[in-house]
Parts: sequence; C-alpha cells; structure tokens
Amino acid sequence: MTRPMADAPSQAPDDVLAYPMSRAAGCPLDPPPELSELRDEAPLARIRLWDGSTPWLVTRHAEQRALLADPRVSADATLPGYPHISESTRERRTNSGISFISMDNPEHARLRRMVTGPFTIRRIETLRPAVQQIADRLIDDLLAGPKPADLVQAFALPVPSLVICQLLGVPYEDHDFFQTSSRTLINRSTSVQAMRETQAALLSYLDRLVGQKLAAPGDDLLSRLAVERVSTGQLTRGELASMGLLLLIAGHETTANMIALGTLALLCHPSQLAALQEARDPELIAGAVEELLRYLNIVHSGRRRVALEDIEIAGQVIRAGEGLVIATDVANRDEAAFPRAGVLDVHRDAHHHLAFGFGIHQCLGQPLARLELQVVYGTLYRRIPTLALAASLDDIRFKHDGIVYGVYELPVTW
Amino acid sequence: MRVRVDQEACISSGHCVRNAPDVFDQREDDGVVSLRTERPSAAQQGEVRCAVSMCPALAITVAEE
Repeated sequence: MTRPMADAPSQAPDDVLAYPMSRAAGCPLDPPPELSELRDEAPLARIRLWDGSTPWLVTRHAEQRALLADPRVSADATLPGYPHISESTRERRTNSGISFISMDNPEHARLRRMVTGPFTIRRIETLRPAVQQIADRLIDDLLAGPKPADLVQAFALPVPSLVICQLLGVPYEDHDFFQTSSRTLINRSTSVQAMRETQAALLSYLDRLVGQKLAAPGDDLLSRLAVERVSTGQLTRGELASMGLLLLIAGHETTANMIALGTLALLCHPSQLAALQEARDPELIAGAVEELLRYLNIVHSGRRRVALEDIEIAGQVIRAGEGLVIATDVANRDEAAFPRAGVLDVHRDAHHHLAFGFGIHQCLGQPLARLELQVVYGTLYRRIPTLALAASLDDIRFKHDGIVYGVYELPVTW
Repeated sequence: MRVRVDQEACISSGHCVRNAPDVFDQREDDGVVSLRTERPSAAQQGEVRCAVSMCPALAITVAEE
C-alpha cells in the first residue's frame, strides 16, 4: 500500500481497507488477520470507516503510547475529523457526550478528579473481602443449581454489577434494565433511533436516582457527589447523571466480558488454566490478570482521537484535524513489546499492555477491575476444578458488533 | 536518584503506588500522587523506573545524581 510522504499533504489512496475487519473463522480470541498484517507492514496506515472517511490507523505499541499521551491529540468527539464508530455512536457522542471520556483538559481533569477518590489503590484494596464474598456466594449458588449453566448470567455479570451498584448506590434489583440497556448502547449495529431512546432512558433513570440521593443521601459515591458537588453548584444534575451512567456501564460490562471471555480462553488453553488452579502465589494470579487483559484486549474497536496540530511520527505527518484510530488489540500482540505475542502465557510479564488505554483517558476503574479479576480468576477455577464448556466453540456467540468484545452466553458444566 | 511528580498532570491511575508503595502515595480525596520520599534508596530505584514507564500521564520524572 502506498503511503503519503512526510512532506506531502496526507491523502488516502482509494484502495484502503475497510475498518473494522472481521476476525478469522475458528480464531475468535485473535485480532483480525488483516489488522495484524497492517501492523506488521507499518506503524501507521489509512483505513476506511463506515462513513467513507479515511482516518489514520495506529498499529504499534510504541506509537500508540506516544500518541495516546500527546496533548496535541484530542478525545473531543464533537470536533470535525473525529473518527466515529458508527452513525448511532456519532449521534450519541455529539449530542449528549459521555461525560469526561470525550473531553480534553482542563475540563476533563476537573470532572474526572471528582470521582477518583474511591479508586485509589488503598481504598480499592479494602473491598477485597467483600468482592471475595460475592464471588464465593455466586459460586455456591452455581454449584447448587442445574447444569449446564450460563456463566455470563450466573456469575460474570453479577460479580461486577453487584460491586459497582454498591459503590455507586444503584439498586441492584434494576440490573436487568441497566445491563440490557448498556449492551444496546455499546453495540455498533444499534440504530440511531434505538440509541437515542436507550440513552434517554438510562439518563432519566440516573437523573431520578440523583434526585433521590439529593433528598435522602446514603453512604455511596452518587450521594456524595450529589451532596458535595450538585448542591454546591460545581456540577449540574445532568452532568452527574451523565457521569453516573459512564461509571455504571464501564463498571460492569467490561469486567463481565473479561470474566466470561477470560474463562473461555483458559478453557481453550488447559495448561494455562492448570497453572492458575495450582497457583498459591497471589503474584501469579495478578500476573495472569495482566496477561489475559493483554491477550484478549476486549475494547476492540480502537481508541478514537483527532489531531489538534500537525504531528510528526514514524516518518509521517498527521495533519491537524485528521482522525486517529488507535488499535490497542494489535499493539498488545506487537512482538516488539511482547515476544511470542500470539501465545497466552500467564507467567509472562505483561504489565505494559494497553488494554486500559494510555494517556489521560486511561481507564479510571482499572484498580477495581484488577481486584475483581484477581478474585475471580483466583477463585472460580480452584473451586470448580472440573469446569468445562458445555457447547462447542462454534456454537458460542461472540460480540463481534460490540464496541467491547465478549461472549453473549458461556454454557458451562462441571 | 531524585524523583519529581507533576500533580497537575496526574490522573490518579495508582500505578506508581502499586509499583513503589514506599516512594509514592495517593491523596485521600482525589487519588493524586504525592511523594513519601524524593530520594529513593538504591533498592527502590528499579520500582521507581517501572512507575515512570507505566505512568499514563507522564507525571513522574527522575534525575540521576
């Protein structure tokens, strides 16, 4: 493929590949082969999106780290040139936004810092016994129930949903509503109309909840923000609803996908599963969490950005106003950063993976996600040593259209 | 080695505290980085370099002395 010279205006040739690409049949845990080929050819390439636009694709670990941490790169989804995932996500992001993840500094920092307090390493660590108790109780229920069972509904979704509900102060009995709505919101194929309605329903749900917290605050994050920020005029009620929605969706859907897809990956790699089952060292479990985050990289639609100024990188010039799709899934399989990158190896040092992103937008909830995954991977396979798939790999439905990858169901037996 | 942190740039990821808990700390109210010591011991310097490379906000710098 021809690429523009550094001193020529950036112009995409007509033969650029459409993005996103499809994963290969029979390899549901690997990134699309065409995407990996683009990475092997060059650190930057052009791709064609659903709307015909041809932003840059950034393929390699080093360039992705550099660009994600570059203040000349913006996450503002209202800017022209921002590479939207689909028509419906463009509609959602440009109309109401999703709080600080689509903002730049200083506004991003002002809002994000209002919610970082509960996510310090020390505070998250105090939740470990409660998360362990939740996991153990759900496994007790699973073992007492019929088999086969769907691990997604019985375990993967409830663990992070129960935890985030408690942290935010969202009633868990509403989980069917917010889980189903979240799945609609983060699906590329959702129609503009459905996106609009689902977003409105979730925002009005959160807004009602904020109203209740203002009237009768409890011991939870939404109550604290309502009392300390909304009552004092630092945040509008709408801003808090939007922020609460972000934390609620990001707080359950991503971790749930990592639990179910991680379990599937381990069941497909029995020696790796055995290493986890025999592990007595919490460091090995923690390392396995990082490796599964790297290997699966469930946020598989690329981090989306737009250049605010001309940026010279890897012998190219990204022009101001050009879009960037930063495909962390293939950077996490970049041999320069991870030798034998295609191999799942729980003993590997994978700490520098980009599954949570990099730069100022790196995942806010990552300490919580790590804790949940450490508890789950350290408990589930040890307590159910005979855990096995109750379906063939071909019959499992994967979230190919999801902005976050995973499985819709995971039938298991023991 | 002398360590400096940029509290304006910090995004409270906590990587520094995970990697070098005796050198870095997080403010209680917003998780922003603070220093327990500016001058890590020889034994702590490897952990500090790891914290520097993992910091997503590039908020930690070290000067070798």
